Amino acid sequence: MDVMTATTGLTSSNRWDHVQARMGYRRMQHIVPPGLYCIGAPSKASPVFVSANYTLSFDSLRSNLQGMDALILVLDTKGVNVWCAAGKGTFGTDELISKIRSSGLAEKVDHRRLILPQLGAPGVAAHVVKKETGFTVEYGPVRARDIPDYMRMGKVTPEMRTVTFPLRDRAELVPVEIVQSLKYLLPAMVLLFLAGGTWSMMIAVAAVLGGTALFPLLLPYLPTRDFASKGMLLGIVLSLPFSYFHLLVTRSEWTGAAFTVALALMMAPVVGYLGLNFTGCTTYTSRTGVRKEIFRWMPVMVAMLVIGAVLMAVTISGEMGWF
Amino acid sequence: MMDIPMIAVDKVDENGINTLRYMPGKCVNCGRCSEVCPHGVFAAGEKRAVLAAPDRCMECGACQLNCPAGAIMVDSGVGCAAAMIKAALTGSKEVTCGPECCGR
Repeated sequence: MDVMTATTGLTSSNRWDHVQARMGYRRMQHIVPPGLYCIGAPSKASPVFVSANYTLSFDSLRSNLQGMDALILVLDTKGVNVWCAAGKGTFGTDELISKIRSSGLAEKVDHRRLILPQLGAPGVAAHVVKKETGFTVEYGPVRARDIPDYMRMGKVTPEMRTVTFPLRDRAELVPVEIVQSLKYLLPAMVLLFLAGGTWSMMIAVAAVLGGTALFPLLLPYLPTRDFASKGMLLGIVLSLPFSYFHLLVTRSEWTGAAFTVALALMMAPVVGYLGLNFTGCTTYTSRTGVRKEIFRWMPVMVAMLVIGAVLMAVTISGEMGWF
Repeated sequence: MMDIPMIAVDKVDENGINTLRYMPGKCVNCGRCSEVCPHGVFAAGEKRAVLAAPDRCMECGACQLNCPAGAIMVDSGVGCAAAMIKAALTGSKEVTCGPECCGR
């Protein structure tokens, strides 16, 4: 197999591709051909890095290898990032062994050391790779931007080993979260606009943007531990301005109070559900924990939605003077 | 010389929060588990790895897969409600990240 050439600089078309990936546009098509790439002018002693064939993964690796001569072995992860692909097993032991063999890596370098991203570890059994190919797997830092420090120091510090979820990382997820919600939000907006005008439509917008944009940004600051309850609290808070404006225009006290309760009961489960669905985007939730949360909160949220909808129907009927 | 007590090979450390189980008696102290864990659940020890923070485990399975001694067991999977709900609705066993979930 021929060795392909890659640079460490990112072009404007690379950056445009990243923007599209972040927007969820053609989600599975941000791919680079799998195989062996050279950076600079690698010798037989140059380090070998392993990456996924997702442009965001590959580009974050190569852009952090500035001034280095190195080889990059790109596995075929079907355009999925390293961590997710490792969870699926496509960034995995078998694929790594197969790419080491098909690329003829053993003849291209005279050492037997591979540097893998640490987050590839859920898919790769290092001792099996060693036994099958003779190559020793070394897990580098979690983040590619720590590679220059790691190469200089020759070791990975505990900070480089630990996954965090800072504001910047949470904010990067917001566009794709919003885009993915549009297929539900747009029909809901049309229905609510036809049923109750602009204000009703804005309630749907507030609930969905609350769950897809505010929720990720505010995640560590929202009280309670469970994602669903965090989202439900946010949903109640988001319902208050609408209830307040409704109180200003309503003529009857009981419908004002009933509207407030009904809207909170309806918005809480919508934002709570979107919050619960954000668990998979985080860097720390476990399957056991999420499963418990689903069983704990889904019945509560369904009940709230049903009771809220009934109460809202009664309130609106009251305001129309049907009683 | 520090005196390190012997541990039965079949001793299993469990916790009530997740499915991570560690058998310190089987540990060969290669250091892989503390190398691969993204949340510092395992720490390097004198004679064997130390289960330092089991509550932080996200069940990614990296430690189990990279343990050459078979001293770690975890029911690994993705902590994603969207995937679990989708799997429940479509009747499939497990949905993972990629074209069948999130991607289109």
